[in-house]
Amino acid sequence: MPETSELALSIDDLTVAYQEKPAIWDIDLDVPEGVLMGIVGPNGAGKSTLIKAALNLIPRAAGSVSFYGKPYERARSLVGYVPQRGSVDWDFPTSVLDVVTMGLYGKLGWFRRPGKRERELALFALEQVGLVDFVDRQISQLSGGQQQRTFLARALVQDAQIYFMDEPFAAVDAVTENAIVDILQALNKRGKTVLVVHHDLQTVGQYFDWVTLLNVEIIASGPTAAVFTAENLRKTYGGRVASLNGGTLAGAAGG
Amino acid sequence: MPGGTLSAADRRVWLIIAGIIVLGLLFIPLGQLLFDLRLTYTVRVVALGGAILGALSGILGAFAVLRQESLLGDALSHAALPGVAVAFLLAGRELSLLLVGAGIASWIGLRFLSAILRTTRIKQDTAMGIVLSAWFAAGIALLAYIQSIPDASQAGLDHFIFGQAAAIIESDVRLITAVGFFVLVVVALFWKEFKLVAFDSEFAGANGFRIGLINAVMSALIVVTIVLGLQLAGVILMVGLLIAPGIAARQWTQSLEQMVILAGVFGAFAGGVGAVISALDSDIPTGPMIIVVAFLLVLISISLAPGRGLLWSRLRQRANRRRFAAINTLRDLYRYALAHGSADHPIPDRFIRGVRARSVEAGLRQLWRAGHVMEDPGGWRLTELGIEWARKDRRNQNLWDSYRLYGDELGLPDVQEDRHLAIEAVLPATAVEQLENRLEPSETG
Repeated sequence: MPETSELALSIDDLTVAYQEKPAIWDIDLDVPEGVLMGIVGPNGAGKSTLIKAALNLIPRAAGSVSFYGKPYERARSLVGYVPQRGSVDWDFPTSVLDVVTMGLYGKLGWFRRPGKRERELALFALEQVGLVDFVDRQISQLSGGQQQRTFLARALVQDAQIYFMDEPFAAVDAVTENAIVDILQALNKRGKTVLVVHHDLQTVGQYFDWVTLLNVEIIASGPTAAVFTAENLRKTYGGRVASLNGGTLAGAAGG
Repeated sequence: MPGGTLSAADRRVWLIIAGIIVLGLLFIPLGQLLFDLRLTYTVRVVALGGAILGALSGILGAFAVLRQESLLGDALSHAALPGVAVAFLLAGRELSLLLVGAGIASWIGLRFLSAILRTTRIKQDTAMGIVLSAWFAAGIALLAYIQSIPDASQAGLDHFIFGQAAAIIESDVRLITAVGFFVLVVVALFWKEFKLVAFDSEFAGANGFRIGLINAVMSALIVVTIVLGLQLAGVILMVGLLIAPGIAARQWTQSLEQMVILAGVFGAFAGGVGAVISALDSDIPTGPMIIVVAFLLVLISISLAPGRGLLWSRLRQRANRRRFAAINTLRDLYRYALAHGSADHPIPDRFIRGVRARSVEAGLRQLWRAGHVMEDPGGWRLTELGIEWARKDRRNQNLWDSYRLYGDELGLPDVQEDRHLAIEAVLPATAVEQLENRLEPSETG
């Protein structure tokens, strides 16, 4: 890793355990600024746990995390977050615009109400994700893909430097997936660092220029071309999956 | 909110709010006429106290319902009972001290509950069941002990179990009003935070809000409301007054603001009316009476509310079934006639009954009534009107196909594809024209 480039995220010796068994173990991870990074690994590998621990949402057993050299408490405005779509009740009585405006609550701080400026920022974000016709729609009437785009718009208004996205491609159709990829790449072009928990190994090479392979411990992390190899995948998933995908992977990693 | 204009749904919600308020205010005068209810000073005090407590419970209960924590209110109110008993044993029958005792016991129950959740793998509903039954059992045991002490002043302590509105006096109402005002101010102050945590507490945490603090404030408000409401509704049924107004309100609206206001109004109605009815006769415990009224509101809301109500969805299903039967039958008839030469070619009864055995009767009846088909020896024939409709429908379906195929290419606006709507109703005329140009001549009708 080049010493000069600034690190958007630096994780040292991070361990999290829900019960006795650690969910993630002794994670050391440096993410340079401006990469679009996929986090891949099997179920139960601790991908979501890694994100939540980095964002102080769950207690750490050990380790430290810094964003642009600062601890999370002082870097909060630099960090945007897209939780898993299934983590909220979509029958909650509120509108799309309202949910997107929630992305600005953190900047508003305690007790201050969103006003006209916040409304305009939210509208702008909705335009970027192609939901401008759905502004006043009740969230209970959204399709899965529209829910995901609503969450993305809420992250966009946060106007962060580094984004954490937990499975934004889970159960969305191909059109929505493409639309989301476009948004992620646009963010990346503007110099934002984007970390995405991802499940589809076939598209890793196409979507991400940086990849982290995780299975409780970090297996490998770095530029996709160098790291996303059949050998590393075997170390992450075990022999079977890697051999299944061996052919496509070599091509993807090469291209 | 769209500037100034009220949607039909919004107008309906405000109408219900106004209606319930008027009905509630008229209840005492109506009662005077119908049930020989005398508007005594006591009745007025009881009604006012019941209404304010009901409103508070409804407002906080709305959040409890949305946070899927209805059972928490139940656990916290049951947990208050031993506090009442212990306070009585220590300090005698002084209401404010009894309530403080209730609040402390309830709060200890809450802390115990979160400790269980934090340190063990026991799930929330199970943990609530433990706290609820253990605290309530302790309360009942202590009350039984108090009954056995030869002292007249313990009379009436068991009113805390089922509630007794007649016990409410003017100074109580003053206390309720003051505390209620304070609770409302806190809700208004924390509005944005309560909403965010109720919808997505993880996101709230990631944005630097202290979820623990927000939850503690919310729980404290619920405990305060429960403690105030104990005299009225009792520890067993307090949970009904908390959640029933919220459930009823949820049926009528899709906005949190409206839901909370409506829940407050429903709660005030149930609390006020229930308290007045029970004050008529000291044998009627207040809690059950209030819950009966609140449950009626829930029942009415669940049945009648447009969009969510049972009646509404039944009617919609029936209307859909009929509409779909008619349009499908029309399409079958048209397709058959075209395949046999011309749109007005006769269609044998055998054929159409063979295609859709079940719904064809209803479909034909409606088409016949609308003048879209006429009877023909041995079958049916489309009328001119029917042919025109069938053409329009086919053109519409083709345009929707065309939209799906070429919409992106033509740069048309991104709209929800609803094929039961005329495409003109959804897309601007110029867009429809562009799509029409893409159709083959044979597809336009």
